[in-house]
Amino acid sequence: MKGVKIDGTPSAEELHASPGFPQESIRKGPLAFIECVEEIPCNPCATACPRGAITLEGGLTALPRLDAELCTGCGLCISVCPGLAIYVKAREHEPGFSSILFPYEYYPLPQKGDPVECVNRFGKSICSGTVLSVRTAEKLDRTALIKVSFPQAYFDEVISIKRLPNQ
Amino acid sequence: MEKREVIIVGAGPAGLSAAVEAATAGCGVLLIDENSKPGGQLFKQIHKFFGSQEHKAGIRGIDIGKRLLEEAENLHIEVWLDSEVCGIFDANKVWVVRNKKETVLLQGDRIIIATGASENAVHFPGWHLPGVMGAGAAQTMINIHRVLPGEKVLMVGSGNVGVIVSYQLLQAGAEVVGVIEAAPRLGGYGVHTAKVRRAGVPFFVSHVVAAAEGKDRVEKVRIVQVDPRWNPVPGTEKTLKADTICLATGLTPLTELAFLAGCESTYSPVLGGHVPWHNSAMRTSVRHIFIAGDISGVEEASTAMEEGRMAGLQAAASLGHVDEADAMIRGKAIQARLDALRSGLFGEKRKNAKESIFSAMGNSNNGAR
Ligand SMILES: Cc1cc2nc3c(=O)[nH]c(=O)nc-3n(C[C@H](O)[C@H](O)[C@H](O)COP(=O)(O)OP(=O)(O)OC[C@H]3O[C@@H](n4cnc5c(N)ncnc54)[C@H](O)[C@@H]3O)c2cc1C
Ligand code: SF4
Ligand code: SF4
Repeated sequence: MKGVKIDGTPSAEELHASPGFPQESIRKGPLAFIECVEEIPCNPCATACPRGAITLEGGLTALPRLDAELCTGCGLCISVCPGLAIYVKAREHEPGFSSILFPYEYYPLPQKGDPVECVNRFGKSICSGTVLSVRTAEKLDRTALIKVSFPQAYFDEVISIKRLPNQ
Repeated sequence: MEKREVIIVGAGPAGLSAAVEAATAGCGVLLIDENSKPGGQLFKQIHKFFGSQEHKAGIRGIDIGKRLLEEAENLHIEVWLDSEVCGIFDANKVWVVRNKKETVLLQGDRIIIATGASENAVHFPGWHLPGVMGAGAAQTMINIHRVLPGEKVLMVGSGNVGVIVSYQLLQAGAEVVGVIEAAPRLGGYGVHTAKVRRAGVPFFVSHVVAAAEGKDRVEKVRIVQVDPRWNPVPGTEKTLKADTICLATGLTPLTELAFLAGCESTYSPVLGGHVPWHNSAMRTSVRHIFIAGDISGVEEASTAMEEGRMAGLQAAASLGHVDEADAMIRGKAIQARLDALRSGLFGEKRKNAKESIFSAMGNSNNGAR
């Protein structure tokens, strides 16, 4: 665990030090998590949020800050993020299970109800999950939003699913 | 000899934006590109772009390109495709080989050179084997021609080009066996490296290619760790199975035409090497000639478009199509957008490099500023 400039993915320390990553998932319900820890010239996440929950204090290259109190977990910020750096997690989607709503840009897409392998930030399969929904509306502009439920014990680690094999 | 008010060489994001701006101001514009389709690098960029709303952030490069083309079409800009500019001389004469067969000599009151950049290669034993290619070439294959260059790819270089093309190779169905980086830290945006990492692709910092091996094409590649002085560390060699090696080892501005035309050069390692000197109006030391985009320093499509707008605006203003006060206000707005793109962790270096170019020739410049 050496951080984003060595491993390619941010470490727990880097995430917790950034203003877009909720320190503690304060509710059971859904909440956005932003894994954007470097100052890059970018702000569509802030423009997209209808609740004003994401702000960039000090211009285009400031880090996005999430106000967890204002975020409803609606997911509108996910598909506009060119970095695919935002997902929405709910700690308790149902007893014992969490859910994640994340951006996915690979074909084939999974189907609702499919069992899938959930992966961590290193792409390692860590648990199995179930696809709850697959959204592909036109305004998502070819970034599918996939919702998966998985065992709550893996709440902090799960970030995506393993790519499905080519057809 | 045929004459045009503004002749633009290169129809990438910079050249297209320059054409739109100059034509909107009322100039007669001719846009020339050697390819069969306009758009330059933009039509390979299938990912969503960074920036803010006014930079069209969150929109895929390919769609930004389509919009730009529509604007150019609505303005009825004259475009010559399959036409290569082979020389610029006597300050305003442009030699074109049109449609790959006919030599045409043109005269332009203003010339905007927007030829972009070319990929750098690195050499290692086996680099001549089929399967070794530029990352940009691989991107053209998958996103324009829809052909997979190989099944198992090693990416050399972790800048944005390397990580974006790695992601797009995964999307196209290839396996990326690793991304290696000679420097001790990864170069590209963390959000890009993170999406490649979560797809299971390992990164190797402080690693270089020791050799590519194979009979008729690449079959495997040996990589080795290097110490801070770039010497291989004994005992750290690893062999990876790969049939393709993509080189994403930087870009060099395509400056030949500008230098042939007599534009003064200046050296900027941050911006890719020798570039034609230019001021903030994108004007070179040859008064009739402006530049924009990667030729003026390798940056991004978003900066290339803004520089193109600046060059188009200033060329039009210098011909009297835009009044001075108006040109000043619009020039400032473009400059502000450029400054925003050149801020932060990654942009600041480029901003400083640009500014030192602007000031490099001081007041001795023959009235270009
Ligand atoms: C893999 C990759 C990913 C990228 N991702 C992004 C990104 O996410 N965001 C971003 O903002 N930028 C991105 N870029 C950078 C961006 O594509 C370039 O900075 C941009 O295209 C430069 O624009 P340009 O108009 O200067 O040059 P180009 O797009 O290269 O266009 C130059 C044109 O000039 C033509 N030409 C050259 N010489 C001649 C001649 N003698 N006669 C006639 N025609 C000629 C060429 O054929 C070409 O069509 C990426 C680049 C790569 C390679
Ligand atoms: S999930 Fe909805 S409310 Fe929360 S930050 Fe994103 S857009 Fe705003
Ligand atoms: S849109 Fe994504 S990449 Fe851009 S600032 Fe927001 S979180 Fe970061």
